[in-house]
Amino acid sequence: MAFSGLSRLVTELCSTLRHNGSDQRESPQKHYLEGNMPTQTILITLVALLLFSYFLGRKRSIAVSMSLNEGETPLHSRPQYYGYLVAIWAGMPAILVLTLWSSFNAPIISSLTVASMPETQNTQSADSIGLMMNEIINLAESGKAAEHSDSVLRNAATHYQRLQGISSLAKTAVVFAVALVGMLIGWRLISPETRARNKVETVIRWMMILCASIAILSTVGIVFSVLFESIHFFSSVPPTDFLFGTTWSPQTSMRSDQVGSSGSFGAVPLFLGTLLISAIALIIAVPLGLMSAIYLSEYATPKIRAFAKPVLEILAGIPTVVYGFFAALTVAPFLRQFGEMLGLSVASESALAAGLVMGIMIIPFVSSLSDDVLSAVPQAMRDGSYGMGATRSETIKQVVIPAALPGIVGGVLLAASRAIGETMIVVMAAGLSAKMTINPLEAVTTVTVQIVTLLTGDQEFDSPKTLAAFALALGLFMVTLLLNIIALHIIRKYREQYE
Amino acid sequence: MSISEKSASTQKIQAGLKRRYAKEKRFRLYGIISLIISFAFLLVLLTTIVSKGLPAFQQTYIKIDVTLDQADLGVDKNASEDELFSAPYSKTVKNSLKAMFPDAHGRKQKRALKNLVSKSAAYELRDKVIQDPSILGTTQTFWFLAKDDVDVFMKGGIDRKLPESERRIKDYQLAWIDQLIKEDRLEKRFNTVLFTAGDSREPEQAGMKGAIIGSLLTMLVTILLSFPIAVATAAYLEEFAPQNNRWVDLIEININNLAAVPSIVFGLLGLAVYINIFGIPRSTPLVGGLVLTLMTLPTIIIASRAAIKSVPPSIKEAAIGLGASPVQVLFQHTLPLAMPGILTGTIIGMAQALGETAPLLMIGMVAFVSDIPGGIFDPSTVMPVQIYLWSDSPERAFTERTSAAIMILLGFLVLMNLIAITLRKRFEKKW
Repeated sequence: MAFSGLSRLVTELCSTLRHNGSDQRESPQKHYLEGNMPTQTILITLVALLLFSYFLGRKRSIAVSMSLNEGETPLHSRPQYYGYLVAIWAGMPAILVLTLWSSFNAPIISSLTVASMPETQNTQSADSIGLMMNEIINLAESGKAAEHSDSVLRNAATHYQRLQGISSLAKTAVVFAVALVGMLIGWRLISPETRARNKVETVIRWMMILCASIAILSTVGIVFSVLFESIHFFSSVPPTDFLFGTTWSPQTSMRSDQVGSSGSFGAVPLFLGTLLISAIALIIAVPLGLMSAIYLSEYATPKIRAFAKPVLEILAGIPTVVYGFFAALTVAPFLRQFGEMLGLSVASESALAAGLVMGIMIIPFVSSLSDDVLSAVPQAMRDGSYGMGATRSETIKQVVIPAALPGIVGGVLLAASRAIGETMIVVMAAGLSAKMTINPLEAVTTVTVQIVTLLTGDQEFDSPKTLAAFALALGLFMVTLLLNIIALHIIRKYREQYE
Repeated sequence: MSISEKSASTQKIQAGLKRRYAKEKRFRLYGIISLIISFAFLLVLLTTIVSKGLPAFQQTYIKIDVTLDQADLGVDKNASEDELFSAPYSKTVKNSLKAMFPDAHGRKQKRALKNLVSKSAAYELRDKVIQDPSILGTTQTFWFLAKDDVDVFMKGGIDRKLPESERRIKDYQLAWIDQLIKEDRLEKRFNTVLFTAGDSREPEQAGMKGAIIGSLLTMLVTILLSFPIAVATAAYLEEFAPQNNRWVDLIEININNLAAVPSIVFGLLGLAVYINIFGIPRSTPLVGGLVLTLMTLPTIIIASRAAIKSVPPSIKEAAIGLGASPVQVLFQHTLPLAMPGILTGTIIGMAQALGETAPLLMIGMVAFVSDIPGGIFDPSTVMPVQIYLWSDSPERAFTERTSAAIMILLGFLVLMNLIAITLRKRFEKKW
């Protein structure tokens, strides 16, 4: 019950916030909001109805148990469970109907609108129908549909408006009918034969399983969303061109007769740039992180450890956008000036600047993971080494590190996957031009930078340019997944060794 | 083994001892140095941000005597509100400036003169007049926001010794500013605009309020979804899940994977599934919160599992012994006892989500939104994305505002982490 109370509070909060907002300024989205209001009102009313049915069920169960005569079987569960039961019956089917209706509302109405239009219009390609539908929806929501000059669009927009009206009315009616029927069923269930607690607990258990399955669902969602668009992309660009091509210029022109209209999607320069920046980051992070971890776990007094570990963790807690800003505004100009002093030409968006800052960012990943594995090495091994007369550093170098090596490698792999997938630092500090170079002083671009640039522009969703981003993301996902699986496998194997 | 041989090897060992000790010292030093380097990076990062961002908490204002000429404005005291609303106030501001600096001549200088004060001056004037039409026809003194160039100059961001051609502010503008300073017409005050305004293309009018509210709304959606889902998942996996069950193994593997997926991929999921399939409006806190929910789930689940695991079995067994059902044990004993740990994990997860940028770029939260969002269906931006947007702006004044925005964001993060630490220290029980 606490949850439903909370959500009501939130809805109220949202509506007061909105009210304040509209006082200050007329929002251009207002019409849109009004279109959305029914669902919200329905939800609020539904929550109130749930509360009501809970109390109703409770009261009814008390009344039933009062009316029972001596010797009759008493009610199985305590009153609140009957309350929950009635609320579940009233709420679950209604919310299910509401969700389904809301998610299938838009496509059904769109296709109905298209179907109602003259033959010449609805036999166009899917793309132009989509564009037209957008125009109709905008027109309908602007509230000026009746004044539009084009009669086809005008009719379609008014038709759309009418359908929307019918739909939202019907939605309200159906949802509340379902809720009331559910409430009635719940009400009739209140009797000594009903084991309310067991029923409620079964529902709770299933809800928990459902929640746990969201993790699977979202992985499936990621894989499918990326995979589908990638397959779409590979139907226009052959995978071999993508994987082995060395020119990356996704700019497709507006007209097909212009030069370079096809664009070229050879991703090798991106892979190379990603590897270059990640390598620089690892070159910085691995020695620093590892040595810090060794010092903290083997040498430092508990006092220093208690201070230094959280401070190192701060590095991991700083948002990446802050690192990006630091890289672009402080580190890159510094490196440029420093290079000029030495007579080197350093690009202002050099791979070095991005890699350096990314290295700082992943120091704590390396250090905390290495710290864990170093501490897991049994003390007996160290003692044995000391007993043979080895110094501390000799013990560390010849006994502890070899013993912990698999774990350290696993940690480095995890850090590498972090570096490859890192986005903001490279978006802000690395370049956009795809060059085939491994010179850290030049500007390179990475997979993540390209995903962001391809998808933040104003592009049609189906153009190869945006689809290329999904293909890149598929590659990114596969590589990081692989790295993680290997790393976790190594770490787990290693842990078992000493347990 | 003879005695002489033994002493020879002892000698050998002793000869090497010095070298070995030196090596030991060096190795130890490497450790200290790498720690110091890491700390130095942190220190440089923070001091750069703070030193760049501090000036942005102040803003220069200009005092101007405005003659509200009724003929210029084309309205009088009896005009309707609509007429008052659309009167040409920028002209009045321009004329007032001209009256103060009659030496400005030529189009370039006149434009420069107008650019001493922010464009918002005209709107402020309009609001003042609408509030009290009786000031029409009089001369009033107002403090207006100074234009960003003046502001940057006043904070020492422009070197007056540079040759004129390399300076953002020309010699004649310098002369005006000097005159204004002499007449005490320039004043630096606390920058309230930064906290009370939405985004703007003009640095002096740009504020973080829209982004802060956007972040709060997004976090609200995130926590309302991720907290119950994560706690339910953790409780299921710890207390109810059958051992050696394929489905349960699959869930565990997937949680670990989710924790490792690059954040930008979640953004693509949001774009492809939430926006394109479910039709949730772009750029809204709702879709942002949905994406961030998936990202914070693993963090909260892992923390909650640890917290639930640490509740002693004796407590649960006692409850079962008294006739409680497993679900009752969970809700009445295990969860309340594990709550401090769960909340700590939740706050840390929320702090991560608050600083996340990349996936939100994918779902359109990068759009320029000047309105303060009023609800989870309004287009809005969030703090880290606002930082990204400002850092991309060429104006000098945006650089310091970016740093100030970072300071605000870091302030929120520090606050959240402090709460998490206190929670842990205060309520965490060791059984």
